[in-house]
Amino acid sequence: MNQIEQLEAKSIYILREAYRDFKNLVMLWSIGKDSTVLLWLARKAFFGHVPIPLLHIDTHYKMPEMIRYRDEMAAKWKLNMIYGENKVALEKKLTFPDGNVDRLTCCRNLKSAALKHTLSGEWPRMRFNHQLGDYEPDQNKEAYTGVIVGVRADEEGSRSKERVFAPRDEESDWNVGDQPPELWNQYKTDFAPGTHLRIHPLLDWTELNIWEYIQKEQIPIIDLYFDQGEGTRCRSLGCWPCTGKVESTARTVAEVIEELKTGKFANIAERSGRAQDKEDGGGLESLRREGYM
Amino acid sequence: MKTNQSEKKRISVVIVGHVDHGKSTLLGRLLAETGSLPQGKLEQVKALCAKNAKPFEYAFLLDALKDEQEQGITIDAARIFFQTPKRHYAIIDAPGHIEFLKNMVTGAAHAQAALIVIDAKEGIQENTRRHGYLVSMLGLKQVIVVINKMDLIQYDQESFEKTQAEYREFLSRFKLEPLAFIPISAFEGENMIHNSEQMPWYQGNSLLTQFDKLEASSTDELVAAPLRFPLQGVYKFTEEGDERRIFAGTLESGSAQVGDKVIFLPSGKQSQIKSIEEFNRPAATRAQAGQAVGFTLSPQVYVQPGELMVKAKEPQPKVGNRFRANIFWMGRTPLIQGKRYKLKIAAKRVSVKLVEVLSLIDASDTGSIQKKQQLDRHDVAECLLETLKPIAFDLYDEIDSLGRFVLVDDYEIAGGGIIIEDRTGQGDLFSEQIRHREEARVLGWLRQPDREKRQGHKARFILFIGDFSQGKRKMAAATEKLLFEHQANTYFMAYTNLNLGLDSDLAAIASDSDEEVRRLGELARLMTDAGMIFITCLSLQDPYDIELLKQITLPNEIFVVSVGENRWNIPGVSLEVAAHANEGAVAQQIVAALEFKTL
Ligand SMILES: Nc1nc2c(ncn2[C@@H]2O[C@H](COP(=O)(O)OP(=O)(O)OP(=O)(O)O)[C@@H](O)[C@H]2O)c(=O)[nH]1
Ligand SMILES: [Mg+2]
Repeated sequence: MNQIEQLEAKSIYILREAYRDFKNLVMLWSIGKDSTVLLWLARKAFFGHVPIPLLHIDTHYKMPEMIRYRDEMAAKWKLNMIYGENKVALEKKLTFPDGNVDRLTCCRNLKSAALKHTLSGEWPRMRFNHQLGDYEPDQNKEAYTGVIVGVRADEEGSRSKERVFAPRDEESDWNVGDQPPELWNQYKTDFAPGTHLRIHPLLDWTELNIWEYIQKEQIPIIDLYFDQGEGTRCRSLGCWPCTGKVESTARTVAEVIEELKTGKFANIAERSGRAQDKEDGGGLESLRREGYM
Repeated sequence: MKTNQSEKKRISVVIVGHVDHGKSTLLGRLLAETGSLPQGKLEQVKALCAKNAKPFEYAFLLDALKDEQEQGITIDAARIFFQTPKRHYAIIDAPGHIEFLKNMVTGAAHAQAALIVIDAKEGIQENTRRHGYLVSMLGLKQVIVVINKMDLIQYDQESFEKTQAEYREFLSRFKLEPLAFIPISAFEGENMIHNSEQMPWYQGNSLLTQFDKLEASSTDELVAAPLRFPLQGVYKFTEEGDERRIFAGTLESGSAQVGDKVIFLPSGKQSQIKSIEEFNRPAATRAQAGQAVGFTLSPQVYVQPGELMVKAKEPQPKVGNRFRANIFWMGRTPLIQGKRYKLKIAAKRVSVKLVEVLSLIDASDTGSIQKKQQLDRHDVAECLLETLKPIAFDLYDEIDSLGRFVLVDDYEIAGGGIIIEDRTGQGDLFSEQIRHREEARVLGWLRQPDREKRQGHKARFILFIGDFSQGKRKMAAATEKLLFEHQANTYFMAYTNLNLGLDSDLAAIASDSDEEVRRLGELARLMTDAGMIFITCLSLQDPYDIELLKQITLPNEIFVVSVGENRWNIPGVSLEVAAHANEGAVAQQIVAALEFKTL
């Protein structure tokens, strides 16, 4: 088995472990390359099926291609697709593009808060109805207590200290100093009622691993990651006002891999295009402590 | 030919050692010198230090958390990736402070090799020793020792050799032989990448050269071992007419082929591999160690997740309930005798008790042996454990993934261990406890025969088993009614009532089914002791649960009614009835089977 096969096997194991032990599971799908790989791994783990609902947080500042791609895939792969949003902040225009708050607060409003309240079931959830081909309010208001997320340890400092099965308290807070031990392939799968949990099956993957896997498996990936003829592409996808592009002429997965291997970006952080990271001396740590993914 | 990056093997190395001996500094320096840092990162950290009037530390490159930088220590292990022309590294920078031992253990349990760092000036400290034997217990066989901060002792050869000799002797007690001892200065960069001019007396490899000599673990040996396939789940996703019933898991060792005869343990059920299932992969007829796959089987068998699938023709694992193990304890409260813990081994979860602490290793002095009744936080000891039900396992030295386990105390992984000897059959805590319970019980004024005489019937425990929605509850209630009409002293308890009350402390999700069964048994013992015909229904799937219930209910008898197909092959069934059979008729049959004087 080569490295990619080993990583794949381990992620599948983690997904199955999560599925075995948690009733109210959900998987976050940002439409980006990592969570799309994660979704693919779920299809692997469950033999073509995805028995876990997928949640997308719609900030309304995502690039329109992303939403189109999301709904196409949801229909094609028969996904149990759900989205949530921060209606109030959007209506009151408490966003950075509206010029009313700084980038960090914008992230807190449109992502962290939307995520938190959509998970808890307090805010409405929209579910994709495969017959209608459209979204309708979801009747299920039960809290999702296990959240599968595609973060990777190599993305940035605080993520390198994550656990695969990482408990959060009810406020989604992360107690970084007191995380459960993980021995071999035994994870913390016993939880007091009311505990919330993040599950990170991609922790050991690097950016290059992700692309190599996309190529190997021929995973359909959104084309914002490729140069559309302007000599730039996205390396990490977020909301358009805060997502910068990198200079690149890579038009295919193979070319992205080639580019990464040349070491062109070896010295530039992957999220460097994401402007919100820079506003906080502690990197993403503060945001992440409060529940940001 | 250009090699594919991923074909370059990745090896993960954990850096351990006593607090402040320079682990993070070493790694920071290594990253800086191999050009593995993001552009501007070094300058950024240096500028930040200057701004805050703090001396620059390479460790700040790793200690990413705010608390870590403020306190100047590592709190949680960081995973860092870097590469040399030869291969990829995942380096785990573990914390050295005792408070964060579980973080160190987590880091080390995921590594294939360890780098132990010792401060040349401070010498061997408590956690230098503790980490040393934990590394050996966690199964790491490749170990490099560096004596760091040589600059502080003027690169003195003599004291280097003294520390080397002392630590070599210590590790030899755990049969650990380091690949190398390297004198370095992480801060000054001596002997890190190139051999140091400050220490011409040292002829060995620089640290990076030694790193490249580590061997990435190969799966060849594992593949050659007997098949061990812990069953993680049995899936049937009926969507779009998918009819497959798939047995999913990861092969821990060995290989399996279509047509192989297989056995599930501990249940002993047998079948044969019909197909190997994977998604988006060409159909395969063989799977091997490391792969996460699924099997379909024929004939169909009903087994629970947690069972171990092995090949009929290969050496079998042990199936037992008592073993000797090396355990390290990280729990907030001590590991004590008499208390039930949850043992997780491969995919199996089972209730376990500490029988005895055999010997304790003490890190604070030089690793001497002590006698103790319990394990306190950070203790390491050889212990005797007993599970409530038999489990399938191997000795750690034979197949390591089936010989290691964790112990869960109050929802937390509080300990880990490796099995060194099978002690099944040498005593049995559980039967002893039942025997003791019967001998020591205090009786009231009434005796059982008097009760039975007045009631006209014996006390009994009637248990309806079978899958969900088979009509068990209706039948149980009808039986209660008919018995009542026969003047019997009877009580039907819906299992839900137990969950709502007596069992409400057992978490609903991560349910501790062994403990549920034990409590039900003890409850049945008390109810039957009161002369009652006690009735309940349960969706039993583990054949061994009946054994347990029988033992616990002794000396009173248990009458098992199996409703619907007995797919789980529960033994000792007294009456079999069809799913949704007429409840009145079933009640008649049961009452007829019980001996009634008044009938
Ligand atoms: N003189 C000298 N100082 C060193 C050397 N290596 C590390 N130090 C210093 O030792 C102190 C502790 O270093 P760290 O790298 O934080 O130690 P650590 O082992 O990672 O500590 P924990 O992670 O908290 O266990 C720092 O002030 C370093 O600058 C060395 O080679 N020479
Ligand atoms: Mg450190």
